[in-house]
Amino acid sequence: MRKSRHNLKSPEQELRIFRVRALLALVVVFSLTGLLMGRLAYLQVVQHEVYTTRSEKNRVRVEPLPPTRGLIYDRNGELLAENRPTYNLTLVRERVEDLDATLTRLVEILELSPEEAEAFRVRSRQRQRPFQPALLMSDLDEGQIARLAVNRHLLPGVEVEAQLLRYYPDAEVMAHALGYVGRINAEELERLDAGRYAGTHFIGKTGVERFYEDALHGEAGLRKVETNARGRVLRELGRTDPLPGKDLTLTLDKELQHLAFELLDGRRGAIVAIEPATGGILAMVSAPGYDTNQFVTGIDVASYRGLQEDLDLPLYNRAIRGHYPPGSTIKPFLALAGLAEGVITPDKTIYDPGYFQLPNDDRRYRNWLRWGHGRVDMERSIAVSNNTYYYSLAHDLGIDRIHANMTDFGFGTRVGHDIFGESAALMPSRDWKRERYNQPWYPGETLSVGIGQGYWQLTPLQLATATAVLANRGQWVKPRLARTLGDEPLSEPLPDTPDDIELANEGWWNRVFSGMEKVISGHEGTARRTGVGLEYRMGGKSGTAQVFSLGQDQKYNADELAERLRDHALFMAFAPIEEPQIAVSVIVENAGGGSTHAAHLARAMTDAWLLDDDEPDVEEIREEMGEDDERLAGN
Amino acid sequence: MALSDLSRRWRPYPVKAPASGMSRRRGFWERVHLDPWLLGLLLLLMGAGLVVMYSASGQRLDIVIAQGIRFGVALGVMVVIAQFAPATLIRWALPAYLLGVMMLVAVELVGDMGMGARRWLVIPGVIRFQPSELMKLAMPLMVAAYLSRRELPPRARDLVVCALIVGVPVVLIAKQPDLGTSLLVGASAVFVVLLAGLSWRIIGLLGALAAAALPLLWMNMHDYQRRRVLTFLDPNSDPLGAGWNIIQSTTAIGSGGVLGKGWMEGTQSQLEFLPERHTDFIVAVLGEEFGLVGMLVFLLLYLLIVCRGLWLAAEAQETFGRLLAGSIILTFFIYVFVNVGMVSGILPVVGVPLPLVSYGGTSSVTLMAGFGILMAIHAHRRLLPR
Repeated sequence: MRKSRHNLKSPEQELRIFRVRALLALVVVFSLTGLLMGRLAYLQVVQHEVYTTRSEKNRVRVEPLPPTRGLIYDRNGELLAENRPTYNLTLVRERVEDLDATLTRLVEILELSPEEAEAFRVRSRQRQRPFQPALLMSDLDEGQIARLAVNRHLLPGVEVEAQLLRYYPDAEVMAHALGYVGRINAEELERLDAGRYAGTHFIGKTGVERFYEDALHGEAGLRKVETNARGRVLRELGRTDPLPGKDLTLTLDKELQHLAFELLDGRRGAIVAIEPATGGILAMVSAPGYDTNQFVTGIDVASYRGLQEDLDLPLYNRAIRGHYPPGSTIKPFLALAGLAEGVITPDKTIYDPGYFQLPNDDRRYRNWLRWGHGRVDMERSIAVSNNTYYYSLAHDLGIDRIHANMTDFGFGTRVGHDIFGESAALMPSRDWKRERYNQPWYPGETLSVGIGQGYWQLTPLQLATATAVLANRGQWVKPRLARTLGDEPLSEPLPDTPDDIELANEGWWNRVFSGMEKVISGHEGTARRTGVGLEYRMGGKSGTAQVFSLGQDQKYNADELAERLRDHALFMAFAPIEEPQIAVSVIVENAGGGSTHAAHLARAMTDAWLLDDDEPDVEEIREEMGEDDERLAGN
Repeated sequence: MALSDLSRRWRPYPVKAPASGMSRRRGFWERVHLDPWLLGLLLLLMGAGLVVMYSASGQRLDIVIAQGIRFGVALGVMVVIAQFAPATLIRWALPAYLLGVMMLVAVELVGDMGMGARRWLVIPGVIRFQPSELMKLAMPLMVAAYLSRRELPPRARDLVVCALIVGVPVVLIAKQPDLGTSLLVGASAVFVVLLAGLSWRIIGLLGALAAAALPLLWMNMHDYQRRRVLTFLDPNSDPLGAGWNIIQSTTAIGSGGVLGKGWMEGTQSQLEFLPERHTDFIVAVLGEEFGLVGMLVFLLLYLLIVCRGLWLAAEAQETFGRLLAGSIILTFFIYVFVNVGMVSGILPVVGVPLPLVSYGGTSSVTLMAGFGILMAIHAHRRLLPR
């Protein structure tokens, strides 16, 4: 059987079958090869562009080149904000094998406190583009850098990176004028142009740094780099250099700013000095200050809470946000309003029995001098700060005309040109009261406004600005901090400058100035002690603002309570009268009478600006103020 | 019947020894028993492969030289094998097959792990060897030897025997796991059966059966194998994991365009986006750097080799030689098709190298040994009586 099967083999038939099958196989081979060719043609011809794009995306990475932030100088070219090279710790998460272990090791190496370590961990988890280094810690010290270098081999993906960091040499003194930059937060990140801020970690948070953020920041550049699959940069394919931010020159005078800061040292208050011709702010201090450099590197929670809970409110910018009753400082402005409205003439007098009464009202509105100043004209009303004169003037003007005229001087408005976060404070009116309290305006309230009490509130910046406009004989200048940006002087005049104030008789300005000069240099001027030895003609006006009440949840010890219930001292001044070069407002909280405290500080400021003397002796000024305190206490 | 019976029953083909005085002067190629056309095409392919290898390895001359040495060894093996008459080869069939199966069993028991699979047999300090490589040749040899003694076209009983011969090693290789190789080994046997003239009815029947068995195969697959299939169906389902390879290789090929980015200029390849760029995925380097033109040139080379191989098979005088030669050359083509199909994204990822281009020692040697057999079958035919 088997043998017979074998005999049945037919080589010819087998060959024929094979050849047919082989031919068939060849057909299959050709069609499968055709299939492959078709697929390749599809990929390489039809879809070529899709895959080219995909391959480019693989290979090319665009890296931002953050611009260098513009520097900030004072009017004399003194550096106020600079960029210092610092060393940062960064981490590329994709290159770290064990994140937790790496972080633990870093905390050990850097010798961090538990709180710092926690902040550290939080930052390491922040969302980040792949292969972008995340900033873990800025401003490493030498020891930390050295220890990191030694342990480098244990820390793949961790890099020490040099970076320029903002630094303020006079941080505390300049705090409220300059502001500061800080780390970009989530909210800002959403608002910002991602392209411009790519690679930038910091942004102006307040002050000049905030207002001129756009110009100071500059334009980000970028470089295209070729990377391999592991994200390593192999070569640069092209770059657009970043455009550095513009340098900013301020109108501030560093020396004057320092003086103002020292004058307020240990006090709460504000000093604003303005150059009347230009509106340039020469000094703007809110005391106490704080170290803005802390905010750049990231302030720790304890320090921040300390600043926030400080009763002296160091973070509060009193110069532009502080609301103070103006007290008698606004009497010259009211006198001008009276002249403008024809309610008074410079020579018209009233008799002051020590009080003022509204018609058909028994209530007596008292002068600060119980027995009265007797016959008082306009100049004397300013010099002795007579209240009765202004009760009468306010009554004659009425609240509507007071509101209109005072608004012309900038009260109740935001006066600054480039001041970030300025408050408009409050110039009361009938409309305001109806809206705020749903009550009509009472005539008695007009009298309060007439002596700078009641609802009226102003900021030190407003007072200095109004003083500058007054010194300019009504010509308006908006206060500003920036003088030049890059190489270009800033526009002049500024847009939105309010209309100048015009009087029917130009000579009236002199009469008001004369009254203000008598405040300091007159024999019965309220600040006559300040005028001793004055080498130029100076006009000013004192003011005392009552502290109304304490917040219910504020708890002080008895001494502190007494101190914080004392009146605020205010003073406004300008000098020299013939050709004013400086207008200044001073507010010292809880200092007592304004005529002495604040006036001394204002004189120190004008002296420093106008005289070529050596540095003023702050100690001496403060001593004199101390004597005045004793004298006042004795009275 | 028992497999051992087979060897006794097979007699060597009658071989007439060459007369000492030749009646006709034989040419050089006939004396060395080589086919110049096939050899030329293979050398061309290897040379071109080395050029691509230099770029694909990241300009590493050491790798190119190592590959060149392997090609040298493989050529040597081919030349040696070509000297044996088909009659000798048929005598090797059963021992080689049995040795292969035994070694596969040994791998299962004491094999070395590598890349998550147990494929290697190691005699420490002496040799590392993949028994599945031996089986790539032993399998068609065995099936061809068996069928050539049977009446053709094959009957159902022959098929059952063939299924047995095929099944044992294929299952053993699949268990390593090395699905790609087991399928290729199985395919080499199937080619023998098909070329032997299996009736279309049975082919259709078996095809339907195979389709029905697919779910069974799926259930017996390893997770990574299933993932490969799923990824093939939708590479973007896991772009950074299993889909990465295929996305990067299609990107490389597609971005090459018609003319390519230039030798050693392929960004996908040179910047290491392409995985396994000098082994299984080397064709993507080719496609990226030499474009569609380069791809067509290579495919043409392969096609010419297959055509020449099939011609040699058809010219063979004995059924054994024909079946064996046909199976070897068709399996060679399947390698090319599966590899290019996988890298260009029309087949799932199975670990099949591009023949004579991908880096790797054993596979080149096996392939060239196959071509040695092919040449032996062709070169010795005149010795047979007509």
